[in-house]
Amino acid sequence: MSEFVYLYRGGEAERSPERMQQQMQRWMAWFKELGEKGHIKDIGHPLEGGGKVVRGTKKTVTDGPFAEAKDVIGGFTLIQARDLDQAVELSKGCPIFETEGAVEVRPVRIMNM
Amino acid sequence: MEPSDHLFRHEAGRMVATLTRIFGVHNLALAEDVVQDAFCRALEVWKFRGVPENPSAWLMMTAKNRALDVLRRERTARTFAPELGRLLESEWTLAPAVEEFFSSKEIQDDQLRMMFSCCPPRLPEEAQVALILHILCGFSVDEVAAAFVSTHDAIEKRITRAKKIFASSKRFFDIADAQDFAARLPAVHRALYLLFNEGYHGASSESAVRVELCQEAMRLMALLRAHPLGSTPASYALSALMSLHAARLPGRLDSSGDLRALLDQDRSRWDARLVEEGEKLLELSASGPELTEYHLEASIAWVHAAAPSAEETNWEMIVELYDRLLALRPSPVVALNRAIAIAQREGPQRGIEEIRAIANADRLAAYPFYHAALGEFEFRSGRPEIAAEHFGAALACARNPMERRFLQQRVTACSPDTPPATADTPATPRRPAAR
Repeated sequence: MSEFVYLYRGGEAERSPERMQQQMQRWMAWFKELGEKGHIKDIGHPLEGGGKVVRGTKKTVTDGPFAEAKDVIGGFTLIQARDLDQAVELSKGCPIFETEGAVEVRPVRIMNM
Repeated sequence: MEPSDHLFRHEAGRMVATLTRIFGVHNLALAEDVVQDAFCRALEVWKFRGVPENPSAWLMMTAKNRALDVLRRERTARTFAPELGRLLESEWTLAPAVEEFFSSKEIQDDQLRMMFSCCPPRLPEEAQVALILHILCGFSVDEVAAAFVSTHDAIEKRITRAKKIFASSKRFFDIADAQDFAARLPAVHRALYLLFNEGYHGASSESAVRVELCQEAMRLMALLRAHPLGSTPASYALSALMSLHAARLPGRLDSSGDLRALLDQDRSRWDARLVEEGEKLLELSASGPELTEYHLEASIAWVHAAAPSAEETNWEMIVELYDRLLALRPSPVVALNRAIAIAQREGPQRGIEEIRAIANADRLAAYPFYHAALGEFEFRSGRPEIAAEHFGAALACARNPMERRFLQQRVTACSPDTPPATADTPATPRRPAAR
């Protein structure tokens, strides 16, 4: 088993309360399914939109990140999967695709010699 | 835990109502933004952490905190509700005041204030209903359009205009003023009645949408009845009417999803609990001197609910109730229903005579069941060719696939190759009722 991080990028919230609730329930169902199959190492956290970026030797602090809305990372999850192919396959069940978002699947680098 | 059905939708109405009271009617759009924001937070957090123990309280708390942010940030730039007045100026008074607004008793009343504010006399009835559905029931523009079988653009226009009128009223409706309350109550009743009817008789073919509209109307009626000034005999009568009609919803479609006429429905599928509730409400409505159209309509529904079969229905009482209803609120649809009841009692020929005698029958020209009733009576009188013409006319005004299927079957039944009909339209007796 290897570990992967899902980074959730973008994804619009629906405008109708009913559909937002359905959207949320789809996410919960997806996490539940992944969890039951033993693929969730850490469900992770949602992230606030804003924040600060500290950069350079002068440690300049700016507001940010100023990514396009569709690229903003809204949360992350730590996943266990056989290999990258399986991690990608599992990510396809994510409800974020219904609202034009993306999942970035990144293998966690491990300490092998 | 799983959130309850329509949690967001119902909370949307509660939150918008309370926030509008704090921000003032002219800031309705701001209130809606804060609500949207609270839902976005819930969506983001709950999907990772699960639904909290008390989701309503969580959402309300989130809305309250956002409201405080907005008030602090914009207290100099905007004017808010006049009731808030000077309380805004000091942090010492601001937070406790907002806290008070978010107490559960106030939230309940705010929904009533909103309900009454949505029904000002200068707003057309259909706009009042759309506004209630949108603001208090949390339906998006698309969802309202689906419920009314209209287009997004048409409904958006209607709601935008209605909101403008709403926002231009001087203040939130004051439900503490007994006189104002009583004066506005009939308009609120009417709007909720229309909301219910849209679900019950409306053109939408999707039964889920229909049931939801009926449930929303009943939920708002329960809120209204919970207020001392709102628990009038007319409120009980309207609630009784809704329960007794809603009880029949499960019987309206048969197992293959086809429309079933009232007289042809499997009565064992009617909801006995709702019938019982309707009876109780009808009893409660029988006080005071006022006899409203809701009393009469609820009584008619009760006579149907009390009859073990179509044949054993007390048609005499139903005709009498329709007579009184016609006197109170003359309408060609009521007259049509009365004619149908008379036909049940005195045979199809009398039904045709009564339909021919309806004043303003031209207003029924686009109503499919007007033509269907004529078709059925002609058919029963042994004139299938004439009947087929009427059913054809009915088919031409069918409003959804269910009605179309139902009427197509009736047209087919009139052709000489078809064995005697088994299905009835809403308009007809299985056999002419003997007196």
